[in-house]
Amino acid sequence: MSVGYQSPQNISNDRLRKFFSGVPVRVVVLLIALVWTLPSAGLLVSSLRPPNDIVSSGWWTVFTHPFEASVWTVDNYLQVLTSHGLANAFLNSVLVTVPSVVIPITIAAFAAYAFAWLEFPGRRFLFTVVVGLMVVPLQMSLIPLLRLYTQLDLNGTFLGVWLAHTGFGLPLAIFLLFGYISTLPGEIIEAAHVDGASPLTTFTRMVLPLSVPVIASFAIFQFLWVWNDLLVALVFLGTNENVAVITARLAALVGRRGEQWQVLTAGAFVSMVVPLLVFFLLQRYFVRGLTAGSVKG
Amino acid sequence: MTISAPAESPRVPALKRLVAGALRVLISLVVPVITFLALRWAFIFMRDAEANKLSVGAVGLIVGVGAVWVLYLVTDNLASLLPDGIRETVRPFVFVGPALVILTVYLVYPAVRTIYFSFMGPRSEEFVGLENYAFALTSSDMLIALRNNVLWLVFVTTFVVSLGLIIAVLVDRIGRWEPVAKSFIFLPMAISAVGASVIWRFVYSFQPIQRPQIGLLNAVYTALGGDPQGWLILKPWNNFFLIAIMIWILTGFAMVVLSAAIKGVPAELLEASRIDGATEIRIFFGVIIPYIRGTIITIGTTVLIMVLKVFDIVFVMTAGQHETEVIANRMYREMFTYGNFGHSSALAVVLLIAVIPVMIYNVRSLEQSRR
Repeated sequence: MSVGYQSPQNISNDRLRKFFSGVPVRVVVLLIALVWTLPSAGLLVSSLRPPNDIVSSGWWTVFTHPFEASVWTVDNYLQVLTSHGLANAFLNSVLVTVPSVVIPITIAAFAAYAFAWLEFPGRRFLFTVVVGLMVVPLQMSLIPLLRLYTQLDLNGTFLGVWLAHTGFGLPLAIFLLFGYISTLPGEIIEAAHVDGASPLTTFTRMVLPLSVPVIASFAIFQFLWVWNDLLVALVFLGTNENVAVITARLAALVGRRGEQWQVLTAGAFVSMVVPLLVFFLLQRYFVRGLTAGSVKG
Repeated sequence: MTISAPAESPRVPALKRLVAGALRVLISLVVPVITFLALRWAFIFMRDAEANKLSVGAVGLIVGVGAVWVLYLVTDNLASLLPDGIRETVRPFVFVGPALVILTVYLVYPAVRTIYFSFMGPRSEEFVGLENYAFALTSSDMLIALRNNVLWLVFVTTFVVSLGLIIAVLVDRIGRWEPVAKSFIFLPMAISAVGASVIWRFVYSFQPIQRPQIGLLNAVYTALGGDPQGWLILKPWNNFFLIAIMIWILTGFAMVVLSAAIKGVPAELLEASRIDGATEIRIFFGVIIPYIRGTIITIGTTVLIMVLKVFDIVFVMTAGQHETEVIANRMYREMFTYGNFGHSSALAVVLLIAVIPVMIYNVRSLEQSRR
């Protein structure tokens, strides 16, 4: 601030600004953060309390004597993981999610490379179609696919869900990867071509390694989308304990054991562990991925 | 510089080239057959409920991921066998082909079928004209659902964008604690809507009047002198308690994006307005908001699309009971509970029509970026 002279108004303005950047703003932000965190905190605390305590007193009362061993327990977690089948559901979620992330990325990367660097008839038109499909609600696909799956005996199989998530995630994946791959320097791709590299070699040796940042962003977005999805899993896998994913099991528990809070709180937290880990470990990619992926239909 | 590739060198005897070619054809044929058999075996293996979960997972991963790569390698190899003239015209389709097939099977074709089903009866056996749309737009159940969707769209979008904006401005001024505060507010975005619903069911939980309240909202409400309420059956306010969940989830997302945009406002611009004597409030409305208008519109549109299709929260919290129905939940119920594919398809088409303006906007932006 090299302004030597300040008008009286400027001085009052300065005070105003200092006031705003001072204590009151911090208090307000702290309050907002608190309000945003309390519901989840209540869930976490309750999940660690004995069932009788949960329904007989508010979760905030534990803080009156937080160091007594009798107020805490991990039995709720043992119970939901074993007798309510959430361990199995957790595993199912992993089995559904990993291929549902890898397959669309692979297919989209090949397609995005072709859209960006290979000449073929209908290229512009087809890419326009991809962009148009991005916001189509997946509800438009459910009934015809359900019927198709019934004919093919794919209902309730992991393969069916992988392909469904691949289909629903593909337009966004192609769009994002195209945006990145098309901005790679043309000279290096030309050079590879001149050196006699086939398009496939160029793609696997140069384009894929260079596209890691955008692939990571999309991977995180798709991972969370699939892990947290309920609708697709309900429609194509159902609530049968053998194959049901964790969100579907949790939703079923709410329906059947709506007042057994020891089950619901621990169950909900089990379902959140993975997304929260991803969130805390990969926050930078996480924000980028979610922002990029928010246009999905 | 293909000296090292003997198959393409003219000096290599014709017989050798023939053998090499035959080998390639053989490989190109054998590999798909093996792939297919492996897929089939894996498919049957994976349907076997008795199989060990971990081995199912391992097989799934290898097949799911490996098969896709093998598919590309084989088809690319096949394309290489083609005569020079057409080889390079075919090859791009090796790359985009699988994507186009999946998009057609999973999005284009079903969309056409759904539009067709929306004019057919419950079992898609007879043509019923606009009957399903009459249901979707005029039946008393659906009028409530449509009203609720409008409530969701208006309140979630307004609150998410304005709260996100206010919080973004505030956290910009708290110095080194900014990332921490942002993390806490952004956190719900990582949680599934089902998980969030359980969290909030607990907040809204209700106990009879003599017993201690275990839900945060009733505890606060009774402490202030009110009688405990069953918030989720309190028509029509229960809708707003569900809407609050979505606002809680999405505000952090809006805040993060808007915060990045606000940091992009040039410091000279702000400094100039301050020297001119503008108050902070005026700078906010007169400088910051116009500067980030594009981002605000993007966030608003994004939230609109997400809210339009809201399903999980309603499904878990109330299953659409007590006049909290929304289009997407009703669509699911028509499909699975009532088995009425005509109604269900018409509701899906209603959702599609609602997003068409966004689709047109996206395609237009694409056309513009091409010029």
